[in-house]
Amino acid sequence: MTVAVNPTQTGEPVFYLADEHPHPEGYSTSLGFWIYLMSDCLIFAILFATFGVLGGNYAAGPAPKDLFELPLVAVNTSMLLLSSITYGFAMLTMQQNKIGQTQMWLAITGLFGAAFIGIELSEFAHMIHEGATPQRSAFLSAFFTLVGTHGLHVTCGLIWLVTLMVQVWKFGLIEANRRRLMCLSMFWHFLDVVWIGVFTFVYLLGVLR
Amino acid sequence: MNTDTHAAHADDHHHGDSHAQAHVHGSFSTYMLGFVLSVVLTAIPFWLVMSGALPSKQITALVIMAFAVVQIVVHMIYFLHMNTTSENGWSMMALIFTIVMVVIALSGSLWVMNHLNSNMMPIHQMTGMK
Amino acid sequence: MSPDVLKLIFGRLTFESLPLHEPIVVATFAVVATGGLVMLAGLTYFRLWGYLWSEWFTSVDHKRIGIMYMILGIVMLLRGFADALMMRLQQALAFGGSEGYLNAHHYDQVFTAHGVIMIFFVAMPLVTGLMNFVVPLQIGARDVSFPFLNNFSFWMTVGGAVLVMASLFIGEFARTGWLAYPPLSNIGYSPDVGVDYYIWGLQVAGVGTTLSGINLICTIVKLRCPGMTMMRMPVFTWTALCTNVLIVASFPVLTVVLALLSLDRYVGTNFFTNDFGGSPMMYVNLIWIWGHPEVYILVLPAFGIFSEVTSTFSGKRLFGYTSMVYATVVITILSYLVWLHHFFTMGSGASVNSFFGITTMIISIPTGAKMFNWLFTMYRGRIRFELPMMWTIAFMLTFVLGGMTGVLLAVPPADFVLHNSLFLIAHFHNVIIGGVVFGAFAGIGYWFPKAFGFKLDPFWGKLSFWFWVTGFYLAFMPLYVLGLMGVTRRLRVFDDPSLQIWFIVAGIGAFLVFLGILSMLMQFAVSFLRREQLKDVTGDPWDARTLEWATSSPPPAYNFAFTPVVHDNDAWWDMKRRGYQRPLLGFKPIHMPSSTGTGIILAGFATAMGFGLIWYIWWLAAASFIAMLAVGIGHTFNYHRDFDIPADDVIRTEDARTKLLAGAK
Repeated sequence: MTVAVNPTQTGEPVFYLADEHPHPEGYSTSLGFWIYLMSDCLIFAILFATFGVLGGNYAAGPAPKDLFELPLVAVNTSMLLLSSITYGFAMLTMQQNKIGQTQMWLAITGLFGAAFIGIELSEFAHMIHEGATPQRSAFLSAFFTLVGTHGLHVTCGLIWLVTLMVQVWKFGLIEANRRRLMCLSMFWHFLDVVWIGVFTFVYLLGVLR
Repeated sequence: MNTDTHAAHADDHHHGDSHAQAHVHGSFSTYMLGFVLSVVLTAIPFWLVMSGALPSKQITALVIMAFAVVQIVVHMIYFLHMNTTSENGWSMMALIFTIVMVVIALSGSLWVMNHLNSNMMPIHQMTGMK
Repeated sequence: MSPDVLKLIFGRLTFESLPLHEPIVVATFAVVATGGLVMLAGLTYFRLWGYLWSEWFTSVDHKRIGIMYMILGIVMLLRGFADALMMRLQQALAFGGSEGYLNAHHYDQVFTAHGVIMIFFVAMPLVTGLMNFVVPLQIGARDVSFPFLNNFSFWMTVGGAVLVMASLFIGEFARTGWLAYPPLSNIGYSPDVGVDYYIWGLQVAGVGTTLSGINLICTIVKLRCPGMTMMRMPVFTWTALCTNVLIVASFPVLTVVLALLSLDRYVGTNFFTNDFGGSPMMYVNLIWIWGHPEVYILVLPAFGIFSEVTSTFSGKRLFGYTSMVYATVVITILSYLVWLHHFFTMGSGASVNSFFGITTMIISIPTGAKMFNWLFTMYRGRIRFELPMMWTIAFMLTFVLGGMTGVLLAVPPADFVLHNSLFLIAHFHNVIIGGVVFGAFAGIGYWFPKAFGFKLDPFWGKLSFWFWVTGFYLAFMPLYVLGLMGVTRRLRVFDDPSLQIWFIVAGIGAFLVFLGILSMLMQFAVSFLRREQLKDVTGDPWDARTLEWATSSPPPAYNFAFTPVVHDNDAWWDMKRRGYQRPLLGFKPIHMPSSTGTGIILAGFATAMGFGLIWYIWWLAAASFIAMLAVGIGHTFNYHRDFDIPADDVIRTEDARTKLLAGAK
């Protein structure tokens, strides 16, 4: 076998780097965050599986047809979609180093996100008011938990968003903040992807059932 | 095997430009394209279900599931900027692995749990035993 | 004070919650409290608090965190093993109308705690600790990808362990078996705090485990030194990678299942209830989707350790490196396709049971391939029977036996007979002790000199080895027999007096294992006292092959003064063979992460929150949650998390090593 050597002038193999070159800060962050998202993805997968298995067990209680109002879900979906594109604009303006516009788009994203949460909460309140509580049947337990977990994630995203806006305001669009904005961007769009699953499998297929 | 130190350095090369790598972001037009596509891909399934345009529920269900899959791919490409080269392919690798796991856990659970139900004693037999 | 106010302040924690009526627990508490006080007094007397806090608790150094994981694992081993001894004694005594010495209430807690502690707080910390310590060294990195997260993960694991330990003296632990199947674990059948301790102990620790999994994956993927391609990674690093992939892919499942169970218990949802459409079987299904990968999470790193040990002590390159890697990857995937074999008897039909039976049998193929690889590595090798190698050989014999009985259990009709019997108990102890525990001990013996700079004393080590191995066989072979005779698990009393002899033999075996553990503690003490004689000045006491042996023992904070460049598998062997000269000049400042107390503070709040939730002390839970959020967010405002080790310090450290090496020659 030929041995791989990287000869220097003296013909000796190189066994170490003479120059110290540390990995830049945040070198692993985007991969690490992506892997975290993958683990989150499995959390949702299991909630979907639970909904899939238990979603038909109404226990003589209300069924999706009786509960879901698709126009409202459509409005809610559009909130999330709009927040996605506005976050995209925030990232684009960030790349152009326009702090003011970045902050503005972040704020708009936050408003859409808050609107999404607001609509979802009012939907929940309405259902609970009608007696369709999480305790009523396995279907409702699974429904509230799956949709609620998504909502909880959006809420965390909102807290994070506000924190980042403060940090951008205090420290500017420094490298660390850009990296954080990018992680939140992945988080936010990831939640959007999960929502596609929610509105398709929970709401649309539920009403079809 | 002589090339391996080059490979090492190619590997190394990324140390410096993780910045560039981390910011493989779309442009205004790709974001807008993704947005328009996702609006369309959301609107059609809602319309299909709300109007009952298709003849059978089964077909509608299959169609909207297909739309969901397409929309997820659209989001992955235009919003999450997935491609085969970011992080030397590790992002894609992680994604594929996760999808496999998700499919196993989801379909496996449904299969296993439905099988349990089908093996339960039918209700009419149970009442007959009283 | 009125009961309402008391309830507001203490939740359901009352004076009666303290198990004062259990003499065994009170005595244990007395011993633990005395020991604890002595230790605290000692720490205060010798003024060690500041040192511990600044050098260990807040350290983000992967080596120190790894060592702390090992200490946690060994401490918890003592607790888990005490439970084991109690069970063995109870079962050996409770014959012919005797009730033994443990009442049912206590006994059920003991077997639950034994399982939970041994898996989550012994095996997991030992495995995680070894990976944490070894992996960055093996890949020539300075630290892990996210050093702060690493510290936080460790303290979350400790937090979970603290909650489980607290249940011994405050309230009680679950009486449900280690997986807490509903409906037994639902609020209707387990209204007390036991299951809540279980849930929150595991949730807190689970967060730590998942994060450390993400961390180590990133470390292996991103921080390998130049030249170390995937197929040049040491096998232990490969198994660590696969294990952490499994952790990240499976622990979220556990998190969800436990969250759903707690919703059932706290909010009254109907996931796993008997009525309103809930399905307890769904819990069983979901928890085994986590549970089966979990056993591979434990055993894959052990396989990695055995690979390193075998090739080092045989003085040969590992036979079939590529096949070893592929076998590991195949096991990783397959481990996700077999979970139903834990509940063949739950009622699935022939197609489901045969699918999962066959996948289970298939998984033994890559495992068998590994076994042959180790054998062929030893074949014509110059084997040195040092302690790690002895553990490895004991593993090979024991694990094959356990694997065989596993394949037996994989046959659904056979499983219908053996399910939940002592045969099953014997089987999984056979693979977990023979695989994971022996692996961890081999790893400890192998890397101890790297961690502390002196070898472990061989005499006490060999004593411990023989006690453990004979004790293991005496303890578990009778259980195979009993299981075949139809004795089920978790029984407290027996009617048939002819069974007693088997249980007595098993009890003797457990006692031998106890001597083994004592010898091991003795080994640590003796080695510490004889550390000058056992000193390793070379940094390479075993004439080993991988990069961690290229640096000093113990390694400096920065691991390597210069980032290594790798040209071959077994990088250090290659360097030695080709006349590598250790650089003596040209040292530069080294960029390193700074220590931080945030991890321990966050984990402390998380533990307090868990405690509040367990006892319905809502103000405590809410306050800890808010505090956690505040500290977490506050931490993100700190942008200066690293510093430079000055070149002078590096020069001083490296010069000291140069002197040592010169002295050794």
